[in-house]
Amino acid sequence: MSASQSTQDPVPIHTDVKSWIAYVGSSVQRYLPDAKTVEISFAHKTELAGRLFEDAYKEAKVAADEQKLDGFGHLNEVLRGLAKRSSTLFEAYAQSLHSVSALEEARVEFIGKKGELNLLTRYLGQIVPSGRTVVGPVFNDMKAAFTTAIDRRRSELELAALNVRLEAEREDLTLPPRFEPVGALHPVMQVFEELAAIFADMGFAVAEGPDIEDDFHNFTALNFPPGHPAREMHDTFFMKPAADGTRKLLRTHTSPIQVRAMVNSKPPIRVIAPGRVYRKDWDATHTPMFHQIEGLVVDETVHMGHLKSCLTDAFSRFFEVPTTESRFRPHFFPFTEPSAEMDIRCDRQSGKEGGGEIKVGEGNDWLEILGCGMVHPNVLRACGIDPEKYQGFAFGLGVDRLAMLKYGMNDLRPYFEADTEWIKHYGFKPWLLPTVTGGLS
Amino acid sequence: MKFTLPWLKDYLDTSAGLPAILEAMTQAGLEVEEAHDPKDELKQFTVCRIVSAKQHPNADKLQVCQVETVDGVKEIVCGGLNARPGLVTAYAPIGAYIPGSGITLVPKPVRGVVSNGMLCSGGEMKTDEDPFRLRIARFDDWKFRAEALGLSEEQAIADGGIIELPDDLKVGSPVADALALDTVIDFEVTPNRPDWLGVTGIARDLGAKGLGKFKLEPVKATKGTFPCPVKVRIEDESACPVFAGRLIRGVKNKPSPDWMQKRLKAIGINPKNMLVDVTNYISFDRCRPLHVYDAAKLKGDVRARLGTETDVFTGLDGKTYSNLSEMCVIADDSGAIGLGGVMGGESTGCSIDTVDVFIESAYFDANRTARTGRATGIISDARFRNERGIDPHSCVEGIELATKLILEVCGGEASEVIVAGKVPEGPAPVAFKPRDMKRLTGLDMPVKRMEQILRALGFEPVVPPKAQHDDQTIWATKVPSWRPDVEGSADIVEELIRIEGYDKLPDEKLPAPATLGVVVTPLQNRVRVARRVLAARGFLETVTWSFMHHETAALMIGGPNKLQDALTIDNPIASDLDYMRPSMLANLAQGSQRNADHGADDVRLFETGPVYPGDKPTDQRLHVAAVVKAAKARDWQGAPAPYSAYSAKADVFALLAALDQSPDKFQIGAPEGACWHPGRSATLRLGPKQIVGTFGELHPQFLKELGVDGPVVAIELALDGLPQAKAKPTKTRPVLDKADQTPVRRDFAFVVEEKVPAGDIARLALKGDPKLVSAARVFDVYRGASIGEGKKSVAVEVTLQPRGSAMTDEQIEAVAQAIVKSVAKGTGAVLRG
Repeated sequence: MSASQSTQDPVPIHTDVKSWIAYVGSSVQRYLPDAKTVEISFAHKTELAGRLFEDAYKEAKVAADEQKLDGFGHLNEVLRGLAKRSSTLFEAYAQSLHSVSALEEARVEFIGKKGELNLLTRYLGQIVPSGRTVVGPVFNDMKAAFTTAIDRRRSELELAALNVRLEAEREDLTLPPRFEPVGALHPVMQVFEELAAIFADMGFAVAEGPDIEDDFHNFTALNFPPGHPAREMHDTFFMKPAADGTRKLLRTHTSPIQVRAMVNSKPPIRVIAPGRVYRKDWDATHTPMFHQIEGLVVDETVHMGHLKSCLTDAFSRFFEVPTTESRFRPHFFPFTEPSAEMDIRCDRQSGKEGGGEIKVGEGNDWLEILGCGMVHPNVLRACGIDPEKYQGFAFGLGVDRLAMLKYGMNDLRPYFEADTEWIKHYGFKPWLLPTVTGGLS
Repeated sequence: MKFTLPWLKDYLDTSAGLPAILEAMTQAGLEVEEAHDPKDELKQFTVCRIVSAKQHPNADKLQVCQVETVDGVKEIVCGGLNARPGLVTAYAPIGAYIPGSGITLVPKPVRGVVSNGMLCSGGEMKTDEDPFRLRIARFDDWKFRAEALGLSEEQAIADGGIIELPDDLKVGSPVADALALDTVIDFEVTPNRPDWLGVTGIARDLGAKGLGKFKLEPVKATKGTFPCPVKVRIEDESACPVFAGRLIRGVKNKPSPDWMQKRLKAIGINPKNMLVDVTNYISFDRCRPLHVYDAAKLKGDVRARLGTETDVFTGLDGKTYSNLSEMCVIADDSGAIGLGGVMGGESTGCSIDTVDVFIESAYFDANRTARTGRATGIISDARFRNERGIDPHSCVEGIELATKLILEVCGGEASEVIVAGKVPEGPAPVAFKPRDMKRLTGLDMPVKRMEQILRALGFEPVVPPKAQHDDQTIWATKVPSWRPDVEGSADIVEELIRIEGYDKLPDEKLPAPATLGVVVTPLQNRVRVARRVLAARGFLETVTWSFMHHETAALMIGGPNKLQDALTIDNPIASDLDYMRPSMLANLAQGSQRNADHGADDVRLFETGPVYPGDKPTDQRLHVAAVVKAAKARDWQGAPAPYSAYSAKADVFALLAALDQSPDKFQIGAPEGACWHPGRSATLRLGPKQIVGTFGELHPQFLKELGVDGPVVAIELALDGLPQAKAKPTKTRPVLDKADQTPVRRDFAFVVEEKVPAGDIARLALKGDPKLVSAARVFDVYRGASIGEGKKSVAVEVTLQPRGSAMTDEQIEAVAQAIVKSVAKGTGAVLRG
């Protein structure tokens, strides 16, 4: 078949892949007799393309002329035209396939090892290098176009399949999740930690001691002489007497911890002593077991001015208000001299209707917070510390009541009833770690 | 302690108003509990005069009165029988609150007639019913009303009426002024200050505080005209060091004068008769308890002696007390007639008919008085004062004051005063170091001011010339006899700062501590971590009693014979809270049941706290315990596995991991004690004897005894029993040794006898090649006919972690062989075919 013959034919319209490949194949085959031996010059490449793919060439020439392109431009237009033809044809073909398996079969058929497009590349070996630069890109473009078309179609089919699957996978997410219990921490224990954080910041260590105490640590060392009426204020629980007549007791305050701290260490001492304490009393505001925290500072120069400042600061922090105005009043405790009670300024008015809320730091009322004073010389002496050389202050308060004041509980009794509703309502999340810098609550 | 304002002003010249007095009291340590100002409370009530009174058209007992009031003439309906034209009485306007009946007046018709206010009785105003006794005195004036209603005089007076006020009062003036009611102040007396139990003591402190001038004239002694016929013997000087007495003969006992009754009533004491009232009055006036005997009823000499087991005594309270040993007894020939310092006896008490009265004014040992009070349970004003320590120097003065008052009111003739025993030494002088003032309070007080305060309080310091003052200066200071609490220099400092005012204390920042150490111990940190881990895993934190019923404790420690006296509370608050808990499990289990009873369906509780295996300080242990009482959960995805012993194991292992304790360190052993299900619970042990925890189901029998419905799964762990990590020399972590090869996983199924613990198989698999095997985990247990009777197949996934180079098939095979060999040797297992 000659070029002139072809020009007389109408441009063949290749509507199916096979005929298109066959057309390209046959075009190349026509060239093969010369291709083995005759190198072609650049100028002839266009000519060759024109000869081989005449119909495409005609189109390309019109386009190239319009654009006033030279020979090289003509060649590229031809190749582009061919590639476009392949692409259009292959896309249409791929669209005609409706399953991933059909696509796979088509891939094997045309670009598999023995696929028709692959077979075309056999001819390349028979073509001189200068001819290959014309034919080679045609083949490569065809293969690439075929792969692209197949892959795109495959993605389309996969996405469609996925969408069908997802449509079937619809869940009713208004259904409840599996039950997970929610825990909480007891407010008294939280307040202990809040106070520990505040006083730790001022260098107080946390000391502890036994609940079952002896008379010495709970009373005598603390300057409660035997028979003194002050002992009666404490409504002490006693254990059954031992064979020798002595009897232990349940500590009525955490002061025995301070005694132990003073007996077991040398000044300077700075500790807080939290713990359970016991007094025989039970009504809306008293329980036979409750919690105290006490503090003790012993060194050579600490005095009541330090006590005042330390506690005022501490309770501003505890109530999380910028400043607290405090008032110190004389009081009596056997183990301190001078002794005082500390009040802080508050406003009870706001709480009258709403159940126990007290605003700290403002208002015209005073709220009794704690007892304190300078450690009595007799106590220092009983603990083996020379009161002529050392002195210090101590303070103590009820933690349960303090928690009530800050968090608005109005009854002490549920504290010890293990009532889940109460704990959930008044308790704290486990990740709420009280720190001075991070806010206590 | 209560007192009235005019009473205070007997001893304090002051122009200060009530708020200033209250403030000064608080500042001086007299903590005001209540200031009751009747003028304030009665301010709504004003004086009015009834112009006319007509019978109510619809009610026999009621009258419609035209009343001249502060608001003009008002028509008021009144039910008071004594309402009549001309009567001066109390008027409350519409809107007033009537404290006695708890109502607020509204303009409401009374049987069809609108009452524009109210005419009030004393009771309705909540004040003394009839302070002027005019209603009774003028009964003739309203007798006609009683007769018309058919009431006797007694009935009419008892039925009551509106208050009758003196005729000369001005309409519209406050009723409170007419009643001359006094302000009553109530304050807390700290146990160190018996002198505040007398009005004179309060006045002295307020005078020192600068509120006015304290004035206390010595009582003028009455010269006795005859020797005291009653003899007094002190047989135990330690119990009663001194006893002063005097007889007044020929008295005419009668009600005490109005001024005295008014004061006594104001502070809540019912007047009886002059002889009794005078002892109460002086007790509150100067903290000087006295006792009066009807001399006619005394038999022989009066003795103050120690009581005996056979002594029996009937007190003024009508109760009989026996076995008076160790108490101070006042006795005559008939036996015990008084408990010294606590209460007098019925047999010798004064009555309205007493003619010869013997007055006792003694000093009793404070501690013995306190013990007697506790032993007898008697609460009296005398005990309250004597056990705090009254002024021993006040015995004779007290007698003289009583004599003066009795003679004034009841007449009679006083004997000489007799004093048995010796007034005990007062408080020892104190060596006050003025430098202690600055040292302890931080406040620099001029020497002159110190001396001024001390003298105002009755101290007598010997102050050296100012030039000689230095750090070592000591003022030998005589302490007043009414201040037994002052023993040392620090007590004097308190007096000075108390009177100067605690508001004068400097505000000094606490110096930073010398060293900044760790303030929380590792054990304290464990408690924090344990609490937060359990709360994060869904448990609610509780705090439960440290004490429980001894029978409950017995269940947990292996029977009643294991109970210890040393852990038994002698005086428990309730009989079911009498033993120190050996474990928290019972409290928690019972708590879970209470919640279940209230409808909770999933209860998870925990507590960290003390348990008490013994009473020595080192015996107390720190435990964490948790219980789960979960109802069968339903779920649309299928019921989840119930909370089981294995769930508890997961929680306890999470706890251990959070506490930096590798769970591998612990051996899983059989449970001990009666609390635990023998098959579905296990101990965590560090050695054969060292149990640090238990987890699993609680024993159904134990739960039954506690009244708890099972199953309940629990955890108990001794936080202080876990090994302490060695302190590391550096906080720097070792370099991460990350494996460079991917791990290889192989499954093995071992067939073993049923009794072989699965944990052993996993442990032995690890030993197959300790270097290469990094993990061995049981993932299936299968029993079935194909395995054989009494056997089970345990499937283990073994992870091999090669390092340096990948393993060849041959190497893997060799390790597999070693694993099979190790497990087979240890358990008799064979690979499942």
